[in-house]
Amino acid sequence: MRSQMIRALLVSATIVGCAPAHANMAYVTNEKGNTVTIIDTTKLEAIKTFKVGQRPRGVALSKDGTQLFVCAGDDDIIQIFDTKTLEQVGSLSSGPDPELLVISPDGGTIYVSNENDNLVSMIDAKTRQTIGTIPVGVEPEGMAVSPDGKTIVNTSETTNMAHFIDPATKKIVANVLVDARPRFAEFKKDGSELWVSSEVGGTVSVIDPATHSVKTKIRFEIPGLAKEAIQPVGIRISRDGKTAFVALGPANRVAVVDAETKKVEKMLLVGQRVWQLAFTPDEKLLLTTNGVSNDVSVIDVAERKVVKSIPAGSFPWGVAIAPQ
Amino acid sequence: MKHKIWRAALGGLFGAALLANAAGAEPLAVKVGVMRAPHTRETISILDTPAPDDTLAGALLGAEDNNTTGKFTNQSFDVRDVKIAADGDAAKAAADLAAQGVKLVIADLPADKFLAAVDAGKAAGMIFFNASATDESLREENCRANAFHTAPSRAMLADGLAQYLVWKQWKKWLLIKGSHPEDELLAQAYRESARKFGAKIVEERTYTDTGGGRRSDSGSIQTQRQMPVLTQQAPSYDVLIAADESDVFGLYLPYRTWDARPVAGSGGLVPTSWDPAHEQWGALQLQNRFMKSFNRTMRARDAQAWTAMRMIGEAATRTASADPQKIAAFLTGPDFALAAFKGERLTLRSWNHQLRQPILLSDGRTIVSVSPQEGFLHQTSALDTLGKDKPETKCVLK
Repeated sequence: MRSQMIRALLVSATIVGCAPAHANMAYVTNEKGNTVTIIDTTKLEAIKTFKVGQRPRGVALSKDGTQLFVCAGDDDIIQIFDTKTLEQVGSLSSGPDPELLVISPDGGTIYVSNENDNLVSMIDAKTRQTIGTIPVGVEPEGMAVSPDGKTIVNTSETTNMAHFIDPATKKIVANVLVDARPRFAEFKKDGSELWVSSEVGGTVSVIDPATHSVKTKIRFEIPGLAKEAIQPVGIRISRDGKTAFVALGPANRVAVVDAETKKVEKMLLVGQRVWQLAFTPDEKLLLTTNGVSNDVSVIDVAERKVVKSIPAGSFPWGVAIAPQ
Repeated sequence: MKHKIWRAALGGLFGAALLANAAGAEPLAVKVGVMRAPHTRETISILDTPAPDDTLAGALLGAEDNNTTGKFTNQSFDVRDVKIAADGDAAKAAADLAAQGVKLVIADLPADKFLAAVDAGKAAGMIFFNASATDESLREENCRANAFHTAPSRAMLADGLAQYLVWKQWKKWLLIKGSHPEDELLAQAYRESARKFGAKIVEERTYTDTGGGRRSDSGSIQTQRQMPVLTQQAPSYDVLIAADESDVFGLYLPYRTWDARPVAGSGGLVPTSWDPAHEQWGALQLQNRFMKSFNRTMRARDAQAWTAMRMIGEAATRTASADPQKIAAFLTGPDFALAAFKGERLTLRSWNHQLRQPILLSDGRTIVSVSPQEGFLHQTSALDTLGKDKPETKCVLK
């Protein structure tokens, strides 16, 4: 264990040079392993695994990359780890079964969905106090913050809506119906569109945040695969707004979508039950968590090819990658 | 119990008032009747004793979920609980509901009563959701255009189990059925499953129900001697299938067979639509909500009623209507897909209004597997490998 840690420290020290120790690191939560696997995105290998709370799923990094937030659902807590020492330095009382969290663009506020209470909680990142709760639909899940920080979006899995929330007034401003079991929401970086995946409906709804209306729905077809197996979850859209990647769950594929025309251009075969996605900061690589096959696939974004699969812990679920 | 119904209703009203202007829509009150006849309390296991709010609790939780959504759509859902005695008149009860303006009904009734209610409600434009009867006849020769089925049929349950046994290569079955008519119907479903998936029933036996209660202070002593006798001198078999819908002997078989063989069907590995141990695909959230509201675990009939209420909720949300005909049209249309914690979307078989659904295989403590099994293929939906498929149906909807 200690030698591993030393090796990990040495490895990261040699690779990153003058950059902070946590750069080029991907943090993968292992839902059944109760661990986080750290993957070096330069060497493309797992360099360390450390224990976290029970049933870790949602994961995020603070804006400066020094703190790692892990939703430990079965412990009803969000743990905070120092990314240098990997010691737990604190926790947020999140309410029961926290699943996903997002952080405001200024880093000041953390937004958490509480599935059991049909609430979205706002937590002050500095004081770690809850500063607001907003009642939403049944089983709130996906969370997104608009690039200007002025809109939060929550998706509720059984109500089948994307709720647009004004964090200033802590009130819902609009509810948009989407297809069954919305899991994940992602804004385009210019704030012009919100993409919401519907796991059971099998679609991605593209919503105009100005008019709160669904502009178009993206559907996915894979020859030889039953439509029930196509279950979109994680979404990532490139900074230039041109390309989107959609994880299709038990279809074991990531769809590459032209984010302007909304045309599905390619299907990339990855590991089994692909859940969440994350770009490296330079957007050259995209990492996918594959729950059933216990690994992480690495996609070369420009080539649109899977270049490697990296073994992770038991049931990889979420992934967050440190900023440069 | 009464206060819970009130709470569901109040939740809706409160929500509607709260967000009336936010939604901008006219308030819509959706009234749903729950018609339920008693189930026997004579069960082998006391764990299976039906709760006083059996089925109803599932409908109430569904209404509560719909009401949370209703806050944003200005819709409220409330439940009218109608109990029907074992010798009661279901047709009259349906007519009474129609007179009160309740035209959406979730039913926990035996097949004959269900059919009587459905036919009595037709003229008033009522639609019914069958949340308990597994009879093939309701989906086949006695199917109705104003009836929908969230309960799986016997054939779906038997096929779900059969696929797993065949996948395990346990293809030689010893079938023991009870002596009641519904036991024979279940046995028939297993015979058809065996034929469909290539298993062989090596021998059939009947366990005759000689009457008497299930409770006694030293019952296990006799049972331990009876079950080996029932199962001795059987031809070589892989698994014993119990067809005991009347709950007379099936649960006594595991660990008591003459040969050391696993038991499945009405004991041992049991096919079901829902089980308190089911936790995958977010089901844990529904189990938690149910336990919090009703202080007991969620059973199959509860889940089937919840599913029916969610079907009504989905249709009302999407059509902005409580009109049974509009709800029926949405449910049978191309846009209906329900998320019900089964790992994939649930849709309706257009030819007989049966809800397509995966079948859980429970050992009573955990979910052992979920069918359809890998490798059982179908041209439209793998879920249609469970139960009677379109080409073989006798149903003509009218």
